[in-house]
Amino acid sequence: MSVFSHKITRFLLIVTLSFSSVFSFAAEASEEPGFNVSEVILHHVMDDHIWHFWDGHYGTLYLPVIVYSSERGLEVFSSKNFYDEHHNVVTYNGYTLDHGHIYLNGSSVLDVSITKNVAMLFINATLLIVLLLAAAKGAKQNVGKAPKGVQSFLEPIILFVRDEIVKPNIGHHYERYLPYLLTLFFFILFGNLLGLLPGAGNMTGNIAVTMTLALFTFIITNVSGNKAYWSHIFWTPGVPLPLRLVILPVEIVGIFTKPISLTIRLFVAITAGHIVLLSLISLAFIFQSVLVGSISSLIVLFINLIEILVAGIQAYVFTLFTAVYIGMATADHDHH
Amino acid sequence: MDLLIPGTGLIIWQAIIFLMLVVLLSKLAWKPILNSLKEREESIQNALDTAEKARAEMARLQADNEKLFKEAREERDKMLKEAREASNRMKDEAQLDAKKAADKIIDDARAAIQIEKQAAMKDVRTQVAMFSLQVAERLMKKNLSTDKAQKELVEEFIKDIKVN
Repeated sequence: MSVFSHKITRFLLIVTLSFSSVFSFAAEASEEPGFNVSEVILHHVMDDHIWHFWDGHYGTLYLPVIVYSSERGLEVFSSKNFYDEHHNVVTYNGYTLDHGHIYLNGSSVLDVSITKNVAMLFINATLLIVLLLAAAKGAKQNVGKAPKGVQSFLEPIILFVRDEIVKPNIGHHYERYLPYLLTLFFFILFGNLLGLLPGAGNMTGNIAVTMTLALFTFIITNVSGNKAYWSHIFWTPGVPLPLRLVILPVEIVGIFTKPISLTIRLFVAITAGHIVLLSLISLAFIFQSVLVGSISSLIVLFINLIEILVAGIQAYVFTLFTAVYIGMATADHDHH
Repeated sequence: MDLLIPGTGLIIWQAIIFLMLVVLLSKLAWKPILNSLKEREESIQNALDTAEKARAEMARLQADNEKLFKEAREERDKMLKEAREASNRMKDEAQLDAKKAADKIIDDARAAIQIEKQAAMKDVRTQVAMFSLQVAERLMKKNLSTDKAQKELVEEFIKDIKVN
């Protein structure tokens, strides 16, 4: 009975979530007379200096702008200054905001603003710290006892990462890389799930975020690469000499394709999911029909569930490939 | 396409926040959690090992007990047998002794009876002789109280002698 009621609660939660995204979206869509689907969708999946929840006076969170230029030095001000009371973009103090880029008198500046995705980063990091510290506290308190609360929720995931991803791919010295890989997995997983919430930013579907993560993997892989790894790249053993010359450039390109594939895979998987969801919701506004709207909402519900699955899968895949690359770079190649 | 161009600011923030997360979580979360997981695994392994050891110990003890029981049973049987033998021997000896004692007593008694009998016979013989003498005396006193009777006796003796 309780399992059933649990399912009902979960179902209702998901329905509410998907519909609330429909509503927040609807409010925005109705604002513009000429409804441009691709523009709206792109606006939703991209980073922004403001965090728009709904139309109206309190619906927008104006995030702080932090810019650095050699002329003016570091300057911090609210992004509200870029907008007048009719939500039109205006120039502020010589700074202009043009399609998400800030220019100072026509030349670009270093923009380290707390954008929507940076705010999402903070939220994600805070959530991770709070949850994992609670689990750590539980681990310290329940010594010799069964896990409780958050601890028992997170421990199986940690064990999964350790035993299914890290250990089999890296081998006996896996413990050195475990903290990084665990952080990576949880960061992506929670980022993906947070991104699915209505109004949330598409943080793990941003190429800057995925690229930075892939860059860390790239650095760790190549820094921990042993002699066997490098000799495999530059002078592949057990291969005839002319072939070695062919393999060399391929291997060198391979060093870089690995992080690039990581970057693009996560970015595409998450962004594509968001675009699919938004496109389906847009159908209701394109056709302006209750029937299409209800059918597309049902499909949105279904896709939302798939997105939750994708959130887990992408976190798994990114961590798995990172573990595989590290494992390849640190393996003892004595079988050749 | 802005979507495909990574923003510098976000890269910087992401690098800072992610590095901070890695450092912070490594120290404050992963270390205690992973340690506790490891400890739990070890303690479970230890418990299993101990249980296995205890089972082996039990089996060994049981085998030992069996052996002890067997030995004890053999010992008991041996002791019982010995005791039975001893008791039999003692019984035989006692019987033999008793018989010997009885025989001796009988012999002694027989000897004593013999002696007594002989003494009694001697006594009887003396008594009889005395009685005979007294009877003879009295007879003689009565028969030889007159001269005539004395003469007749003498004559009779002479006659006897003559006959002979």
